[in-house]
Amino acid sequence: METTKTFWLPEQASTFADAVDWAFGLYFWISLFFFALIIGLITYFVLRYARKRPEQMASGQMIHNTMLELSWTIIPLLIVMGLFFIGMRGYWHMRVAPSDAVTIDVVGRKWSWSFDYTQGFSNDTLVVPVHQPVRLRVTSTDVLHSFFIPAFRAKADVIPGRYHSLWFEATRTGVFPVLCTQYCGTNHSFMLSAVKVLEREEYDEWLKGAAEAAGGGGMTPAEFGATVYTKRGCNACHSPDGKPGIGPTWQGLWGKSRPLTNGSSVLADEAYIRQSILEPPTQVVAGFQPIMPPYKGIISDREIEAVIAYIQTLK
Amino acid sequence: MSAHAENINYFKASKGFMSWLVTVDHKRIGLMYLASILLFFITGGVYAGLFRLELWGPLPGFISPDTYNHLFTMHGVIMVFLVVVPGIPGALGNFLLPLQLGAKDLAFPKLNITSLYLYWIGAVIALFSLTQGRADSGWTFYAPYSLSQNPAVLWMLVAAFILGFSSILTGLNFIVTIHKMRAPGMTWFRMPLFVWALYATGIMQVFATPVLGITLLLLLMENFFRIGIFDPALGGDPLLMQHFFWFYSHPAVYIIVVPAFGVVSELIATFSRKDIFGYKFIAFSSVAITIIGFLVWGHHMFVSGQSEVADTIFSFLTFFTAVPSAIKVFNWTTTLYQGSIKLTTPMLYALQFLFNFTIGGLTGIVLGILSVDIHLHDTYFVVSHFHYVAMGSTMIAFIGGIYYWWPKMTGRMFNETWGRLAAVLVFLGFNLTFFAQLIMGSQGSPRRYYNYLTEFQIYHQISTAGIVVLALGLFMALFNLLISLKNGAIAPQNPWGARTLEWTHAETPPVLYNFTETPVVTQGPYEYPTEKV
Amino acid sequence: MAEVTVPKEHEVAHHFDDLEQEFESHRLGMWLFIASEIMMFGALLVGGLLLLYKFPAAFAEGRAHLDWRLGTLNTFFLLTSGLTMALAAWHAQRSEQDKVRRNLLLSLAFATGFLIVKYFEYSAKFHHGLLPGNAFSGHGFTDPNAHVFFGFYFVATGLHVLHVLIGMGLMVWCLFVSRKVKFTRAYYTPVEQSGLYWALIDLVWIFLFPLLYLVA
Ligand code: HEA
Ligand code: HEA
Ligand code: HEC
Ligand code: CUA
Ligand SMILES: [Cu+2]
Repeated sequence: METTKTFWLPEQASTFADAVDWAFGLYFWISLFFFALIIGLITYFVLRYARKRPEQMASGQMIHNTMLELSWTIIPLLIVMGLFFIGMRGYWHMRVAPSDAVTIDVVGRKWSWSFDYTQGFSNDTLVVPVHQPVRLRVTSTDVLHSFFIPAFRAKADVIPGRYHSLWFEATRTGVFPVLCTQYCGTNHSFMLSAVKVLEREEYDEWLKGAAEAAGGGGMTPAEFGATVYTKRGCNACHSPDGKPGIGPTWQGLWGKSRPLTNGSSVLADEAYIRQSILEPPTQVVAGFQPIMPPYKGIISDREIEAVIAYIQTLK
Repeated sequence: MSAHAENINYFKASKGFMSWLVTVDHKRIGLMYLASILLFFITGGVYAGLFRLELWGPLPGFISPDTYNHLFTMHGVIMVFLVVVPGIPGALGNFLLPLQLGAKDLAFPKLNITSLYLYWIGAVIALFSLTQGRADSGWTFYAPYSLSQNPAVLWMLVAAFILGFSSILTGLNFIVTIHKMRAPGMTWFRMPLFVWALYATGIMQVFATPVLGITLLLLLMENFFRIGIFDPALGGDPLLMQHFFWFYSHPAVYIIVVPAFGVVSELIATFSRKDIFGYKFIAFSSVAITIIGFLVWGHHMFVSGQSEVADTIFSFLTFFTAVPSAIKVFNWTTTLYQGSIKLTTPMLYALQFLFNFTIGGLTGIVLGILSVDIHLHDTYFVVSHFHYVAMGSTMIAFIGGIYYWWPKMTGRMFNETWGRLAAVLVFLGFNLTFFAQLIMGSQGSPRRYYNYLTEFQIYHQISTAGIVVLALGLFMALFNLLISLKNGAIAPQNPWGARTLEWTHAETPPVLYNFTETPVVTQGPYEYPTEKV
Repeated sequence: MAEVTVPKEHEVAHHFDDLEQEFESHRLGMWLFIASEIMMFGALLVGGLLLLYKFPAAFAEGRAHLDWRLGTLNTFFLLTSGLTMALAAWHAQRSEQDKVRRNLLLSLAFATGFLIVKYFEYSAKFHHGLLPGNAFSGHGFTDPNAHVFFGFYFVATGLHVLHVLIGMGLMVWCLFVSRKVKFTRAYYTPVEQSGLYWALIDLVWIFLFPLLYLVA
């Protein structure tokens, strides 16, 4: 597939991209013109009016010229007003989703994204059909994040305790990066994901498969747990193989006695793990910060059971 | 005190370390500001150097993500609150304002030294925070991230709060001085443009900074008592915090750049021996920018979730800041016309300023275009924009100003050859560093990123190479000045043939109370004769 | 302060040309400082209004625990002391040193009254656990955000009390100056400045009082 990437802008893959890039391009030439004009004049004056003798004075003292002053007041004013209208039109178009848009919920948290489909499952990448307006309803469970797809020229801050939305319509299939652009702590720059744009039929098929798999269809609980581990972003902080991370590794966790920051210790059993996932601050493991986001209301019972089964396999 | 004692230069008027610490002489206070600010400029630069080195490659390098976040936070806070905001007013303004007005001192000399002490206290607290953990909130302190009760962040909030007071008191002092302390005959329109710039800056310092104060105070309260004003978990509103912050911090960007406008006006007039084209306009447009500057803060929040109507209004108003700035740039350019232009070191910085400010301003306008800003917000494009205006314009003008007034301040001439060479290196290094960031920014590379997509590596490498050249140039510029203290030729009273009072009426270096006789002003600040042909 | 010093005429500071320039500079400086303070309290009040708008029920419940009669008493104290400060400046211009001192003392007394009332108000809140945020342990509240009201209440009144203390410090300073320097029509700067500052404190209270105690 040919790329639409240019020197200044990334590839284009949404209906907005054209308008945004057009405004950028127009402005680019305007500013290049003014830049060249100013730098050209300065260079010319510096060369033309260079002082040759130390005592040499200026050859004239023009301090006022109404025509000039009016023109460089009015012309920039007209230009920026034009830019304002172009920007405003593009912006309102970007903010108001068409009525036939499908909605997908996006949850940002330290430091992963999850995409919750109305079909009752969630995924760690965003999968959307091409040529279909999609509205994302974004929210956060902890601090501010910002949801950014450069190829779509789409961005919105993700605010805890609030829903904010953005929409787009993908114009071509492919995989494009999703980034977090609001500073959110340690792994802000690792809070990446991808958006996968599929043909309509492929998408429908994927949707069906994903909905089934979300029920754990065809997988053992432990296998399903392993998918939850990445889909829900546990992998941002926990390792399955003993590697140190932001949170304790899951290797050998099952059945151990866990020392807590309050001095007591607890047996890592079913109830403990469930509690750790739903309300982490209630039992913080000694030596770690209480930064794990609570998953209450986000993760389903099935998924918790699957995670537990998965942890049991990590000896 | 005998008349004689007042007529010796301000270095010799009294001696010893203590005589500096308890001084109320605006010139000494200015020099102490200068030394402190340069020290922090180097500190901030070292922070930048460290994290730019880390950014050489996308993969984890020699520092951890947490350290990276800490470094850019310290860099931002130091550069903004300890370098560029107090910079030109504190150092050059203090030294020159009374001299340019024909006054003996500022209106409130004791308040002036108080400002400096507050600056030092703020600085010490900011450094003390380093012992309390790693401040990592970014210079914007956005809630709820800044509400993590990280003690280092709390100390930074306290430091910024105190530095705010220092800034308010300086601004207040300058405004009163300009209103009440002008020499006989020094009418408003005979004031040098640097004075006008400080006047506009003072207004912003006095009216905008208190809002920062209350914001920081509320953040502290929220951290300690969880009062529920900014933290969504307690029912608070994180957007309110952003509104408060930018209500100060947008005017702050003009607090930063307007004094630089003043410096550049002086340099261009002197080194082209020309009256400034459109003097009144340059004077008033600083004030106009000040007023409009209070109404555009929301342009930092186009993707924050504020209402679309608010976004539209803020975008509309933002464009009005472009017009006075545009006129200024054209006025400076036109001032060169028919001049007698000499490319001395200070002039090279003035011309660099014009180059960088044009780029910085033009990239600001594109950020004001609503639809385009959605894409550019919080990318390196924004980072590059504000370095073009803050470093490329303000600090460059500042350095130009230091060079220009160096002979007056110290009584020594610097070496022109080394000075010019350094200026050229600074120009190349700066543009290398930040032009690359412009490209990767519009390509979609987010800011505050420790790790980045590999396609951006080449730009990061150019940028990192740039800071090496830049640092080389800056150190060369600095050493050139320091060496002149010992080896420089003795400066005459008016080495540049300038027309403002500090050159025409004050000795080099000036005497304790500035003038042996109060000057009587009979003409404008830039009235040069014309060459007879 | 055993030995009585005879007040002298004020001397103009070295960098001013004359008394008038000095006086006007100080006055402008104080006005600017007050403008700056107004911006600060203004922003705080905007924050308070937004909270009121967001949590009307919490504010209504919280307000029920404030006694508007005490608030009114305090308003009275502040306004009266504002008057006596103005009188002090008036007498200072007429070189009536004793009356200046008497009015300053009266102002101090009213200000102290204000602080005493505040002390009782605060200690009642502490007693009932009506504290900001986390420390809040009040009983009988139905609105879950009642603590927000008290958070704002303590920040706003606390900052105001801090200003009252500074204002009182200025009054003491004026008393001090009055022993050493004669106030005259040409020189009464300390009294007038402290009076202006005190007027700001009154003004802030006039906005805080209805927002916290009255508006339903
Ligand atoms: C010294 C500091 C300084 C200055 C002077 C400016 C000047 C301007 N800035 Fe900038 N800005 C910052 C410092 C500064 N800025 C900082 C620090 C940030 C980011 C903070 C953060 O997030 O950490 C920022 C961010 C920022 C944003 C938010 C971006 C985002 O986060 O999404 C916007 C958006 O509108 C903006 C706009 C402008 C505009 C319109 C100007 C204008 O005033 C520019 C006017 C100048 C000119 C226009 C050039 C001269 C004119 C001509 C050459 C004539 C021809 C021109 C035309 C026809 C248009 N700035
Ligand atoms: C306002 C002032 C200011 C100045 C001057 C600078 C100067 C520099 N800045 Fe910075 N910067 C900020 C303000 C500033 N910055 C802010 C506010 C942020 C945002 C922080 C945040 O996100 O929270 C930021 C962020 C920022 C980033 C983005 C980090 C990220 O998002 O991950 C980068 C990346 O390259 C950067 C680089 C640099 C570099 C290379 C310089 C160089 O120009 C530095 C050059 C200086 C030296 C090398 C020191 C040597 C100096 C001397 C020897 C003195 C010379 C003296 C005389 C000649 C008299 N800065
Ligand atoms: C932001 C990082 C982060 C993410 C994401 C995260 N955790 Fe945690 N987790 C932690 C930290 C830190 C701890 C240790 C402190 C504590 O107990 O709260 C922890 C503790 C735990 C524990 C107790 C472990 C022990 O050693 O006793 C379990 C179980 C757990 N997490 C499960 C999960 C699951 C399941 C997910 C994903 C659905 C997840 N975590 C996502 C950071 C995270
Ligand atoms: Cu999430 Cu940055
Ligand atoms: Cu701004």
